[in-house]
Amino acid sequence: MPRVSIEDLKKIRGNGKSGAKVIKFRTQVLVCAGTGCISGKSFETAKALETEIEKQGLSREAQVVKTGCQGFCAEGPIVIVQPDGIFYRGVRAKDVPQLVEAHLLKGKPFEKLMYTPPGQHQPIPLLKEIPFFAKQKLVVLRNRGAIDPERIDDYIAVEGYKALEKALTQMTPEQIISEIKKSGLRGRGGGGFPAGIKWETCRHAAQHRHVDPVLVCNADEGDPGAFMDRSIIESDPHAVLEGMILGACAIGCKEGFVYIRREYPVARERLSKAIEQARDYGLLGKNILDTGMDFDVEVVQGAGAFVCGESTALMASLEGRVGEPRAKYIHTVEYGYKNRPTNLNNVETWANVPLIIHNGAKWFASIGTGDVAENPWKGSSGTKVFSLVGKVNNTGLIEVPMGITLREIIFDIGGGIPDGHTFKAVQTGGPSGGCLPETHMDMPVDFDSLTEAGSMMGSGGMIVMDDQTCMVEVARYFIAFLTEESCGKCVPCREGLRSSLEILNRIIRGKGTEEDTGRLQEIAEVMQDCCLCALGTSASNPVLSTLRYFKKEYEAHIKKHQCPAGVCKELIEYSIDPEKCDGCHACVRVCSVHAIMGEVKKEHTLDKSMCIKCGACIEACKRDAIRKIPRSYAA
Amino acid sequence: MVETTKVDGILKRHNSKRENMIAILLDCQEHYGYLPREILEEISDKMNVPITSVLSIATFFKTFSLKPIGRYPIRVCNGTACNIKGSSQLVEALERELKIRQGQTTPDLQFGLDTVNCIGCCGLAPVITIGQDVYGKAKISSIPKITKRYRATEEKNAESIH
Amino acid sequence: MKMIKLKIDGIETEAEDRTTILNIAQKLGIKIPTLCHHPLLEPYGVCRICTVEVRSGKHTRMVTACNYPATNGIEVLTNSPRVQRDRKMIIEWMMSQCGHVKVLENLAAEYGITEPRYGRGDDDCILCGLCVRVCSEIVGANVLGFFNRGATREVSTAFGETSEICIGCGACAYVCPTDCLKMEAETLARFRTLPGSERLCRYSLMGVAEGALCANSFRCWKCEVEQRFHDQLQTHPIFLGRSMKMKEIDVYLNQLNEMRG
Repeated sequence: MPRVSIEDLKKIRGNGKSGAKVIKFRTQVLVCAGTGCISGKSFETAKALETEIEKQGLSREAQVVKTGCQGFCAEGPIVIVQPDGIFYRGVRAKDVPQLVEAHLLKGKPFEKLMYTPPGQHQPIPLLKEIPFFAKQKLVVLRNRGAIDPERIDDYIAVEGYKALEKALTQMTPEQIISEIKKSGLRGRGGGGFPAGIKWETCRHAAQHRHVDPVLVCNADEGDPGAFMDRSIIESDPHAVLEGMILGACAIGCKEGFVYIRREYPVARERLSKAIEQARDYGLLGKNILDTGMDFDVEVVQGAGAFVCGESTALMASLEGRVGEPRAKYIHTVEYGYKNRPTNLNNVETWANVPLIIHNGAKWFASIGTGDVAENPWKGSSGTKVFSLVGKVNNTGLIEVPMGITLREIIFDIGGGIPDGHTFKAVQTGGPSGGCLPETHMDMPVDFDSLTEAGSMMGSGGMIVMDDQTCMVEVARYFIAFLTEESCGKCVPCREGLRSSLEILNRIIRGKGTEEDTGRLQEIAEVMQDCCLCALGTSASNPVLSTLRYFKKEYEAHIKKHQCPAGVCKELIEYSIDPEKCDGCHACVRVCSVHAIMGEVKKEHTLDKSMCIKCGACIEACKRDAIRKIPRSYAA
Repeated sequence: MVETTKVDGILKRHNSKRENMIAILLDCQEHYGYLPREILEEISDKMNVPITSVLSIATFFKTFSLKPIGRYPIRVCNGTACNIKGSSQLVEALERELKIRQGQTTPDLQFGLDTVNCIGCCGLAPVITIGQDVYGKAKISSIPKITKRYRATEEKNAESIH
Repeated sequence: MKMIKLKIDGIETEAEDRTTILNIAQKLGIKIPTLCHHPLLEPYGVCRICTVEVRSGKHTRMVTACNYPATNGIEVLTNSPRVQRDRKMIIEWMMSQCGHVKVLENLAAEYGITEPRYGRGDDDCILCGLCVRVCSEIVGANVLGFFNRGATREVSTAFGETSEICIGCGACAYVCPTDCLKMEAETLARFRTLPGSERLCRYSLMGVAEGALCANSFRCWKCEVEQRFHDQLQTHPIFLGRSMKMKEIDVYLNQLNEMRG
């Protein structure tokens, strides 16, 4: 493919009309090809659609497009028919002939595959009316499910690379930085540091030291329960690239890296393809768009280390060294990768940049909370992408304006708690964040409110927990996670985590003592003071927030040897409710230790002494007859 | 004895640059199934990097293994969403099924079992991966069926060779 | 060089911009405990025992004195109650793994710890990394390294085996604060198996005494040469740089070799 000029880009866009030249078909059938739906066999669905469309002679009218993650993972594989805007869920290959016949041939949308909110009977055909989507505001994810992420022309056709044109031909680097500053864009990776200020500091350091600065995109996304960056890259890799090129232009970088986690093969491939295409078009490499700007990007894989999401550890790993952090008394914007001024930002931060340049800082600042025009610290502008997961009906990926409340997210978008259970807590910020209880449901979601409440924004993981989640176990889980992921270099992190884990392990086994909560508190405080990097200093947050809001659960475990949520194995036992059991025998079939006895159609009983509490019987029972009850400590 | 001839090609592909050490080790592991000692020593030798540095990196990152990881490495995601939806019970079920503990490989080197700290499919928790295959909303009851599928594939392949 | 003004434990003082707090304190005779620090090695900042309190305007930060670059106008407290509380726990944490190590027991006594709350482990390596760093930064042999991560982090030779590239200089044992290194003994044992012409005195290998052969079966602790070096230099010879030749010692060694024929 030959290099493109600005004129060529305009042609691809169809002279400003969106979606003109590239999209020639009357109907587009968009199949979600994010990693989640792929595991649900969406590739097979796509193939079946292509085959059936061909068979019905519709190949010239309907185009099948594999797009990035639609976000509504719970309902995958997802198919959307445009321009009708009809949303179909759970579309398997075998459903395809009926779907094609009904919707594409006869023009009658196929009700059987439409989405019906839990507890209701009427399906909602239109995507924009489905509550999960209705309250979202797509800025970063504007192109998700609308374009083929493996075709650069698709991106260009929807105003892609227009911001780059503007920046390279009409703006100075200082003006670009000023625009980003005025927009109030704050780091979306968790730190919430104003991007514009970071860029400016990096640029100055580079000029002052006469050293070429380096640009880095942090796509390591280590927070468990978070997949925002994966989805952004899978749906719209060019948005990220364009953002990086704009950053490079502003800061003066010729060299850039995307450090992407090894556990994301699909995203990595899509990104590499996008880079190749951008290079072919002359949008990356030497003399970008004939303006004299040089900038190229290399994709580097991680190798399984959460700590490499920390900027100094990431840079060590980029240099081919062990991914251990170093003291940040001297910032990486001054001395970073190979001691050069380095500007590192998260994927989502970069993806916001093209729109800010295209639509202006004022537009961006008008979304969200606070007034950031004079000072980006004074608010949270723009949107945030969250992975809404856990005990919530509509699990998936969402984008909402900053300032929306937790209640709106969890109940309006998320559809509330499934299976008749009740909300208990929502965890944000990954292992560096905290758990917030019911009393905080009407809190606006923004950087400062979350931090004040004892949690933090983090990268966007939002995990909903219900009455069956044990908060002590949640704290223990995060400490155990960090124990595995700690680099082990500094004493307070390595040993602080070890001693916290020892205490929490005892508590969940019913062997906690009165001093334990005080001890946990003190360990947390010393870790906050003394750890070398943010992994360590923020490791205490899950413990501190659960102690703050769920002290009663700790006390139940310690004083009464009980786990109110019925999770901690040594404090519960399984029991069959004779009133609900109908003797269907399903549990007996899956019990690997033969702990359940009973004849078919007769009452079944469970022998506690043999039960290993593996959970197989509870999973198999359709009558909800097996319960977890507090363990009896009879002699 | 592990033959080290493949290493040269891998080093060449990455220009033998120190910065590419992790990528080099990833490629070697991909080819050899794990990182045998001979390979690490060869890399140290050819790249003129102290063996302690190479070994530090190989033992620091969780992806690398100095022992065979099995032809079908099974990874149970232990992300937060997967955890609260029962990932530890899935690990236990797999331990029972494969008769090995987490972190081990079956004696015939067919399966290796370990957890992985989040592959980002949280909307489908709990998730298991086997090789490149992803299984969302995994159930304890489906474990025997899934492992059987891989065993059957291997048997079929073995038969077709004879 | 730009000069800055700061206060440390109430004392007003001046220093070059970005000098570490530890260096400034040492010049003033203020004692701050350290474990992983060595004046001739790059600061490592991992034991965290040198943590001090720094106030700058309204903000208070806890930082490690060994590598925190001082800036103008800061106020440093090297022994505040918060510092003491933090140091106490760090000592207790280290003792939970290395409960019978002298240097930690001394620190425990100094900070009023009668019985560490997290138990006394039986290990003797505090993972300070001094041995790894001296072998890498000064000796250049890279015999020792850190392996694994987190709670399983350990110091060892490659594959835990006696190293073929170790020159037996003993610098690692010299800098170790807990006396736990055995590498040197194993290497010297290996040297004893070498044929006569290859039995170079380890000071030769260090580049301090050219071509001298060992006449003492590598029982360095009994060797006059070793004694002479330490008496004269008051430190391990390796720290003087490998290019430096001690002419006097050369002469002495040659005489010794001639005597032994």
